Amino acid sequence: MREKGNDLRGSSQSYDIVIIGGGPAGLAAAVSARESGIESILILERDKELGGILNQCIHNGFGLHTFQEELTGPEYADRFIQKVNDLKIEYRLNTMVMDISPDRRVTAMNRTDGMFVIRAGAVILAMGCRERARGALNIPGYRPAGIFSAGTAQRLVNREGYMPGREVVILGSGDIGLIMARRMTLEGAKVKAVAELMPYSGGLKRNIVQCLDDYGIPLKLSHTVVDIRGKERVEGVTLAQVDENGRPVPGTEEYYPCDTLLLSVGLIPENELSRGMGVGINPVTSGPVVNESLETNIPGVFACGNVLHVHDLVDYVSKEAAAAGRNAAAYVQSLSGESSFVRGTDSGITLEAESGVRYTVPSVIRPAYMEDSLTVRFRVGGVYRNCYVSVYFDGERVIHRMRPVMAPGEMEEIVLKKEQLLQYPSLKTVRFTVEEV
Amino acid sequence: METKNLTCINCPMGCSITVKMDGGRIVSITGNTCKRGEDYAGKELTNPTRIVTTTVKVTGGQSNTVSVKTGKDIPKEKIFDCVRELKNVQVQAPVRIGDVVASDIAGTGVDVVATGNVERTGVDVAEAGNV
Amino acid sequence: MYDIIIIGAGVSGTAAARELSRYEADICVLEKEEDVCCGSSKANSAIVHAGYDAVPGSLKARLNVRGNELMGDLARELDFPFERRGSLVLCLNEEEMPELQALYDRGVENGVKDMRILTGEEVLAMEPNVADNVCAALYAPTAGIVCPFGLNIAMAENACANGVAFQFNTQVDKITKLEEGYALHTNNGTFRARFVVNAAGVYADALHNMVSDDRIHITARRGDYCLLDKEAGGHVGRTIFALPGKRGKGVLVTPTIHGNLLVGPTAVDVEDKEAVNTTAEGLAELTAKAQMSVKNIPMKQVITSFAGLRAHEDGGDFMIGEVPDAPGFIDCAGIESPGIASSPAIGEMIAQILCEKMGLKKKKDFIATRQGITDPSRLSMDERNALIMENPAYGNIVCRCEMVTEGEIVDAIRRPLGARSLDGVKRRTRAGMGRCQSGFCSPAVMDIIARECGMDLYDVTKSGGGSRILTGVNKDAL
Repeated sequence: MREKGNDLRGSSQSYDIVIIGGGPAGLAAAVSARESGIESILILERDKELGGILNQCIHNGFGLHTFQEELTGPEYADRFIQKVNDLKIEYRLNTMVMDISPDRRVTAMNRTDGMFVIRAGAVILAMGCRERARGALNIPGYRPAGIFSAGTAQRLVNREGYMPGREVVILGSGDIGLIMARRMTLEGAKVKAVAELMPYSGGLKRNIVQCLDDYGIPLKLSHTVVDIRGKERVEGVTLAQVDENGRPVPGTEEYYPCDTLLLSVGLIPENELSRGMGVGINPVTSGPVVNESLETNIPGVFACGNVLHVHDLVDYVSKEAAAAGRNAAAYVQSLSGESSFVRGTDSGITLEAESGVRYTVPSVIRPAYMEDSLTVRFRVGGVYRNCYVSVYFDGERVIHRMRPVMAPGEMEEIVLKKEQLLQYPSLKTVRFTVEEV
Repeated sequence: METKNLTCINCPMGCSITVKMDGGRIVSITGNTCKRGEDYAGKELTNPTRIVTTTVKVTGGQSNTVSVKTGKDIPKEKIFDCVRELKNVQVQAPVRIGDVVASDIAGTGVDVVATGNVERTGVDVAEAGNV
Repeated sequence: MYDIIIIGAGVSGTAAARELSRYEADICVLEKEEDVCCGSSKANSAIVHAGYDAVPGSLKARLNVRGNELMGDLARELDFPFERRGSLVLCLNEEEMPELQALYDRGVENGVKDMRILTGEEVLAMEPNVADNVCAALYAPTAGIVCPFGLNIAMAENACANGVAFQFNTQVDKITKLEEGYALHTNNGTFRARFVVNAAGVYADALHNMVSDDRIHITARRGDYCLLDKEAGGHVGRTIFALPGKRGKGVLVTPTIHGNLLVGPTAVDVEDKEAVNTTAEGLAELTAKAQMSVKNIPMKQVITSFAGLRAHEDGGDFMIGEVPDAPGFIDCAGIESPGIASSPAIGEMIAQILCEKMGLKKKKDFIATRQGITDPSRLSMDERNALIMENPAYGNIVCRCEMVTEGEIVDAIRRPLGARSLDGVKRRTRAGMGRCQSGFCSPAVMDIIARECGMDLYDVTKSGGGSRILTGVNKDAL
């Protein structure tokens, strides 16, 4: 650890790896980069503590893959924070990154250092995501107090101990919406309904059971909010059924008196910094386009976690971020000749998502630079039962896996082996597709 | 013969489990992909339990709330007794992960433990990190 | 007994207050809401129109052109954001060319400077996202965009600095005529004044009718708007209008002074003068109409929608002047578009009227300028570091979308007529006005308001009154 009070003011400092964000992705990336031999690492975190959104996710269900036990969010974060501390990885809290230049100069600011610029050998983007706001849905009605994104309500209840409402309707059945239905109930609120625009829930099945069914909270699929009443504080909302195009069906309106509307209507990767530096963004994921090394189109700039694509499980974030950390380490080491990692100019094999598969991460593979195996993560666009995920190497189907259920709310994985890819030297395209039986 | 369909809540896979019952007796459990699913299904139909996560008040700390959980799953019908009992619990900072904040909650024999850390007010927690 | 009471702290009322504060007079502004800029002034297009729309000879025409002229100097004096970006009124159909020409002629008659009629090609060269079928446009380079909150708050703060008192949460329910002047009965007691200015927006008719038998009627004409992410802010560089119809200027597409894109408004007459709810029909209508003037508007990037009410008087013009059967009661009613643009001139006109009636004398120590909240993003890194060294709160970003620091928020709360609510902070600093719409920063802003105002977090409101954010503490209902 460097001495406390090391002066970051001005623009003199440089680090091998600067990690933007100290949430689960940033922490795991830092740990793995250090374990890969990089000494000079700096994590920049905008909040007052490390751990990111996990600190407010006080429910259990984290860590089954990573630690083989079930932890709450703060406990899961704490495991990584301990590692960061044990490995003496440097971090800065309450520090906002304002800008990153394409040549990896990171401009950041906090109360004690002021505004400063750090030169980074490699940058790992790990800024996470934000919630979609009401405006994105254009929900008509008034704009009184009592309309919260589910995450804001989660912070108020779980971190500050304050109730944002007593009688609650929740729009959106993503995991945060479901979890908040239970949290609000256990803190003494009455959750009247969870409405979901789609004909299926966007959350994990087990959360429907243990967050809604356990407490008798109705899940109204294919419903949305069509009006919000109340001039100062929410007095009620009107739900209506929607048709297959998501349009409200006249005559199905139902008024729910309530003082609170929570919105859990989707997460958007926070890529304003990435865009600002010229990182190419995939319009489907709203995250950077990356190759097998999780490297963006800008050399030495890597991305992982929810800033890359929104995950449902933190365990997968940790795994993905660890890969980004290793790859960033290899990149830095290649600059000084310590590693064989050499960035080629070849464009690599394109991964294509089609017929039911919405996207893949990564979207380009250069087999020469990949580790022995590569986990390709993707989501499907609808609910599929007893279907196959198939992977085609150009015209040839090489993977054909049966999946009992696939839903948009649950991320899927397929592992590609390096040796398998190397057997196809002229391979141009790997296609991921859902096939019915 | 009666058939019950459950969704396993042990892990994010959320396996759909079918339990065939005869009277109160379980005849078969299918659809689970691991042993824990079988255990869950058996328990869910006889004595359903849950881990409860919530918050308790903290005094003298940098936060006035700390997150907690039941150290083990407790009977489902005791969930509200558990949180009601915790309404009157107040712990003094500092609080560390694993600290017991309430013992034998709602007569279940299970302790409630802190899942977060809260420093005392005035303690410098390296406001701007460790650089 | 005040010399003058102004009812309403919107742009008209505060413009009058600021102009009158140049003179020796005891002045008070009564506002029914918790803050300035809470009615029509806060939810509108924020356009400083050039002045070609209004009927020549009308007050609207005169005050718009005069207000537009004054706005640049006022923005410099009072330190609020204003830019002359220019506006284009599109003609999408050859048959409508005479109407475009008529608009130009009207502008000339009203005294609007530097207007030109552009060809379709010229328009597209200037604004490539305008509809391809544009055949001509009226270009008015003097049109501008302003921060309506900034304008309103700046005038109020300057009036306050020059001795004008402000009473918030004070609603005038009844007015009685005194031997000299009027008694205004409110929920906060009775206020007396020799002269009264009625700048009560959509309620100006109710107040007028309390003192006059010559009734007036104001219709609340609602307009829905959509505000888009800053990423879409460059979609057009100027304010784009469609040729005006009978019910206002149609749907416009404009950059905002802070770099967002604004689309709106619709025009629907509503009974309820608090009905600032958006409607599905309204939002659908403005989307459809906007796309006739400007192509490829990325409506997926809407970050919020809102509605505002225009105070439309039946006569169609601004009504400014002493009420004939109520001496000493000055109406400032029917201030709808181009109200924002006209406001500096409205203030000037009201001050002139009262000056003549009251024989007011100029103050020697009038403070003409006001300094706004420091915007650190306009500073160099060295300047910024000097500021942080002096006050570390300027190093702490609270609103990450708009990059607003704690220093700015604290200033917004501590300054005279400071913010007391989330919306008050938002209007002054933009904290919460960005793409996450306060999802991340609202708990932090609430903490700062509670700390600075010495109140419990529980008592922090969104916009005063019964708009508490929180309903209690965990488990209190168990």
